[in-house]
Amino acid sequence: MSLAKAATLDEPGGFTFLQLSDSHVGFNKPANPDALGTLKEAVDKIKAMPSRPTFYLHTGDISHLSKDSEFDNADQVMNGLNAPVFYVPGEHDLLDDGAGKAYFARYGKGSKGAGWYSFDQNGVHFIGLINVADLKPGGLGNLGAEQLAWLADDLRGRSTSTPIVVFAHIPLWTIYAEWGWGTADSAQALDLLKRFGSVTVLNGHIHQVTQKVEGHVAFHTARATGFPQPAPGTAPSPGPIKVPDGQLRKYLGITDVTFIQGKEQLAIVDIPLAG
Amino acid sequence: MLHSVFRPISRAPGAKAFEMMLLLAMTCSLSAAYAQDPKVTIDNFTFTPAQLTVTPGTMVTWSNADDIPHTVVSDDKVFRSKPLDTDDKFSFTFTKPGEYGYFCSLHPHMTGKIVVKTF
Ligand SMILES: [Cu+2]
Repeated sequence: MSLAKAATLDEPGGFTFLQLSDSHVGFNKPANPDALGTLKEAVDKIKAMPSRPTFYLHTGDISHLSKDSEFDNADQVMNGLNAPVFYVPGEHDLLDDGAGKAYFARYGKGSKGAGWYSFDQNGVHFIGLINVADLKPGGLGNLGAEQLAWLADDLRGRSTSTPIVVFAHIPLWTIYAEWGWGTADSAQALDLLKRFGSVTVLNGHIHQVTQKVEGHVAFHTARATGFPQPAPGTAPSPGPIKVPDGQLRKYLGITDVTFIQGKEQLAIVDIPLAG
Repeated sequence: MLHSVFRPISRAPGAKAFEMMLLLAMTCSLSAAYAQDPKVTIDNFTFTPAQLTVTPGTMVTWSNADDIPHTVVSDDKVFRSKPLDTDDKFSFTFTKPGEYGYFCSLHPHMTGKIVVKTF
C-alpha cells in the first residue's frame, strides 16, 4: 500500500475494502493444482498488509462444485481475515441438488429473495446482486424481474449523491457474448443506477482484469484466486489456461478499493499474488 | 431393438462397415443419419455433435473432456445431469419421438439438440 493511500485511511469517512473472486476451492487441474493453496496465499498477502481493509467482498465461485467440503475449506481460510466478508454466489456455488442450498445455508443469512441484499458503510451504499441463478439456454447471466423490482425499491428515495457499489459474479456489461460474458438484463439495472453521481460495478467470473468507464459508472472485473482464463476470443474456449511454470501468481490476485470522502470515483488497485 | 444387439460390435475397429451392411440388409428403411453409437462429447465448451438424430429407445451418453465442469440440462426439464467433472458421463434413454433441445446450466451459451424419430 502506498503512503498516500495509508494516509487516506486516517481521514474521517474514508475506508478501504478488498475484493476476492473466483477461488474455485476444489479445483486441482493443471492450470492450478492447488486452488485452496492460492486462496491461502491471497489471505496471507492481505494479512501482511500494513493496514487492513474494513471488510471484504467475495464475488463468487468460492467453490468449484458446491461441495460442503469445498465451502468448509474456503471458510477456514477466509476466517483468517478476521473481518466481515460479503458474498455473492457464482454459478459454481449453486450446483448442488438444492440449487444452492449449501451456499445459502452458509452465506445467505439476511439476504432477500434468491439471495440479493444491500448494506451501507460510511455513506456508501453496497448492493450484492445474483445473476447466476436459473440461467436460460443460449444466454448470458440473468438478474430477473423479481430482483430488478427489489433493486428499484432499494434505490428509491436515495440521494443521487450517495456513492453506489454494485457487486455480482458475472459482469454487468457485455464483455464477450460468445462466451456468455455478460448479463442479459443488466441494462435495466444500469438504468435504475444512472441518476447516481458515482457508481462502481465490481464483478468476477472472467478471471482477469478488465475495466471501462461509462458516464458516472466505473466497471471493473477482478482477477481470480483460483486459475486464469484467456482474454476474450484468444482461445477456442473460456476454459482454464495453463501458463508457463512460475508465472501463475502473476495471473491471480485481489482487488483493493478505497473510498475517499469528497472524491467522486473510488480508487481501484489490482494486486497480483506475485510479480 | 436391432441397434442394441449390434452396439457391442460397433466398438471394434473395422466392424462398422460390416455392421452397416448387415443393418441395411435387415432393415432397408434405416436412414444413413441413424446414429450407431450415440455419444456427445463436451470439449472446449462445445457439445459435439451439436445435433444428433436417434431412434426411440436409444440411450445417448455425454462425456466431459474439459477440465471445467459442465451440465446437460433439457430445455423442457425432460432430463438433467449432475455437474459433470472431467471425464464424468451422463446417459439418458430417449423413448418418445421429438426434438429435445438442451444446454449447460453453468455456461448457457452451450446448447445442443437430440432429435428422436422413427425411420
Ligand atoms: Cu458448461
